[in-house]
Amino acid sequence: MMSTGNNELLSVKNLQVVYTSDGVPIHAVNGVTFSLEKGKTLGLVGETGAGKTSIAKAILGVLPEFSTKSCAGEICFQGTDLLSLKERQMAEMRGRDIAMIFQDPMTALNPVMTVGDQIAEGIRIHNKVGKKKAREMAEAMLEMVGIPAGRYKDYPHQFSGGMKQRVVIAIALSCRPTLLLADEPTTALDVTIQAQVLEMIVKLRDEMGMSMIMITHDLGVVAEVCDYVAVVYAGEVVEYGTLSEIYHNPAHPYTQGLFGALPDISVETERLHSIQGMPPDPSHLPEGCKFAPRCPHATDACRSGEVGLENCGGTHTCRCLRAKEEG
Amino acid sequence: MAPVIEIRDLKKYFETPKGLLHAVDGVSMKIEAGQTMGVVGESGCGKSTLGRTIIHLLESTDGQILFEGEDVTRVKGKDLRRVRENMQLIFQDPYSSLNPRMTVTETIQEPLYLSGRYKRGELAKETDRLMDLVGVEKRLRNAYPHELDGGRRQRVGIGRAIALNPKFVVCDEPVSALDVSIQAQVLNLLQDLQAEKGLTYMFVTHDLSVVKHISNNICVMYLGQLVETCASKEMFASPLHPYTKALLSAIPSVDIDHRRKRIVLEGEIVSPVDPKPGCRFAARCPYATEKCQQPQKLEEVSPGHFVACNQVREINHM
Amino acid sequence: MARGKAVAEEKKVGNGTLVLKRLMKNPNAVIGLIILVIIVLMAIFANAIAPYGYAEINVPDRLQTPSLKHFFGTDEMGRDLFSRIVYGARDTLKLSLGTVVFGTGMGIVLGSIAGYFGGWVDNLIMRILDVISAIPGILMAICISAVLGGGLIPTIFALGAGGIPGSARILRAQMISVREQEFVEAATSINASKLRIIAKHVFPNSMSPLIVSASMSLANAIIAASSLSFIGLGVQPPNPEWGALLAAGRSQIRDYPHLVMLPGVVIMLTVLAFNLLGDGLRDALDPKLKK
Repeated sequence: MMSTGNNELLSVKNLQVVYTSDGVPIHAVNGVTFSLEKGKTLGLVGETGAGKTSIAKAILGVLPEFSTKSCAGEICFQGTDLLSLKERQMAEMRGRDIAMIFQDPMTALNPVMTVGDQIAEGIRIHNKVGKKKAREMAEAMLEMVGIPAGRYKDYPHQFSGGMKQRVVIAIALSCRPTLLLADEPTTALDVTIQAQVLEMIVKLRDEMGMSMIMITHDLGVVAEVCDYVAVVYAGEVVEYGTLSEIYHNPAHPYTQGLFGALPDISVETERLHSIQGMPPDPSHLPEGCKFAPRCPHATDACRSGEVGLENCGGTHTCRCLRAKEEG
Repeated sequence: MAPVIEIRDLKKYFETPKGLLHAVDGVSMKIEAGQTMGVVGESGCGKSTLGRTIIHLLESTDGQILFEGEDVTRVKGKDLRRVRENMQLIFQDPYSSLNPRMTVTETIQEPLYLSGRYKRGELAKETDRLMDLVGVEKRLRNAYPHELDGGRRQRVGIGRAIALNPKFVVCDEPVSALDVSIQAQVLNLLQDLQAEKGLTYMFVTHDLSVVKHISNNICVMYLGQLVETCASKEMFASPLHPYTKALLSAIPSVDIDHRRKRIVLEGEIVSPVDPKPGCRFAARCPYATEKCQQPQKLEEVSPGHFVACNQVREINHM
Repeated sequence: MARGKAVAEEKKVGNGTLVLKRLMKNPNAVIGLIILVIIVLMAIFANAIAPYGYAEINVPDRLQTPSLKHFFGTDEMGRDLFSRIVYGARDTLKLSLGTVVFGTGMGIVLGSIAGYFGGWVDNLIMRILDVISAIPGILMAICISAVLGGGLIPTIFALGAGGIPGSARILRAQMISVREQEFVEAATSINASKLRIIAKHVFPNSMSPLIVSASMSLANAIIAASSLSFIGLGVQPPNPEWGALLAAGRSQIRDYPHLVMLPGVVIMLTVLAFNLLGDGLRDALDPKLKK
């Protein structure tokens, strides 16, 4: 593993995102800090509503205008603080330097525009090239994601789910971004198609030397593509480390719980170890450790006062008072 | 004793503007009492249609459905009501499977009320018992579905399904819409109920890790047909059909120390409308030859292990 | 996020209460509701409110402009316009409510049969309704009242008939989408009868847009009723339906414009109130806003 330093591409410091719904504040992201080196892939793992997607949207600057109350902290990308940029400057970066793949390929494409034109659109905006040149580049992109260039003039409904996701990926990669945000890119796909698409994403990532943030709830997908893992719970990173640190020595009870709850084809289990209870309501977060109400090891100390990220050796950090004693 | 469910050459076709859609095309299987049969396949392979046809939510086109040895394929009226009471369905989507305008009590009570087995006074007591059984807190008695989270909604759906003590329950992707931690709670609940009530399950899913965890036997479906069926352990230890092999190797594993070699299939599942005779997987199969143009038959390759591939011996060096 | 709320809620809160609560949060809907309540009270207590009888002729005081004695002035027979408008609220409300109840009611019956059963039943019903809706509404209303004659009940039939296709179509479209949902399948699997499935599962989940359209068509019914009265069909004199007032005043429009303007303003306010309420209902019933 390379050490951090001038190789750093993205650093997020104390990111906070608050939404509002009928005047009630909803704390989606509560002080998330992490960094990403060039050419590396970070997996953001967590359950629905943990705030994973909000983190990605904050980085891309596409948080919903009406319901977002505040977005504070620092998102430093190649030395620029993205949160301080004007919308016009951010728009220039979006797609060119940072791109995003969305979860649902069915709704991410415009149904009345040919797929080729949708790819070419981004290319023309960011590369200032003519129509003809853009078309050539878009055709090359199609080939790159494994779709014959002859299908340039086809509409999204003429493609299957897996093919649509390839188109979405082609759009995201068309300007060769330095950072790719992939939000559950294979969740809506069948297993064999998921395998194809994951394989392709990894191949293109390595060819283009991109950095990637992979957002997923699937620990298997993370194991296949990520170098680093951040486990997100109730808008906080509860554990962070390299793939091997997290998978060999999960330190946080929530991470341990996730592994226990997962039926794995290579391990025999009679009964799954489920995590009791539900994730907390982000409009009424518990005091102290957010996981304490569901944690089998929680003590009174966990339920009062903030719990900080503690180093557990190497790059491995964990937000748990009792991680060390539990071993 | 006769198996709880036996189906013979079951077919379900749908008329579509493009032609006849072969959703289920000649499927046979037996499910013994207290066992769980996992049915695995990708979207569009007909696995959900199979479950719905067996429990008489859809009318079968051809073939036979036997319930405890009795042919119930074409039952009507009173018999149909009895058959439906004995076979229930747990749905995939906890959001659309509950009537948004009915409270938890009303939903769980409806089958009890419709069966006519309970007097007015007993209904409430029985409903409370069911809520306990599936782990829904009593204070949520009068809550509407939109006030519940996915896991609780799914529990309510399970409560409705087991209300009349059915013998056979089709679980149609019951956990695929839930988060991992909630998924484990619901899977455990299903296993507890099976142990307690001796339920027989047909577990339809695309998630192979879940199916391995919960099933005794597994069927793999591809475009309306069975391609392989055997005991769960055997399936994962030695899959024989090329499609099963690819399917198993495609699952992302959390085991980062033992990387398996992955078989990545070319192409995607084709349309099940007016399929050609011959192996339906041939178009994507790395081993396909001209021999695959002939119809395939499910053949017992080793005891209890059936495969529909006429090259199975060559491929597996048997 | 419903989790916190669900935990706090012990008592039963019906959907009706929920909708009302949300309606009350919308200032426009509240304004609409207040105007309507005033008009309804006016209709009920017309005897107490109106200073004169609606048919009380007072020739010496004819064609007066608004004054303290006659708030809205008088018409060419010296009848007090304010009193006539107050009494007119009765017929106007009866007419519009009756029209909508008849039109929407028929629409519900035909729409749910078409929507739930589909196939040739659906085809037959919808084609007949297509033919009805191909005839301009007001033309059909004129034909029907010409055949059935004037008066309240025939006018209700005449105007309501035009509303059937619209409401049937709305309900049918909703039912087709609700019918496909899994809870309907679940009801079949627990042996619920077809009638029960329609009445208990499909219909209650399909009617929100119909409620909205009904409250909007109340407004249309008032305008249509006024048009019918205006051309001499519909409610007959001396009953002071608002449209009839408008029609009666038109001969004096050059010299005494208040005879047309005041009933016009009242009609406009009522229509506006129904529209505001309809808008509010649409928002309050939207399941996406549900918490």
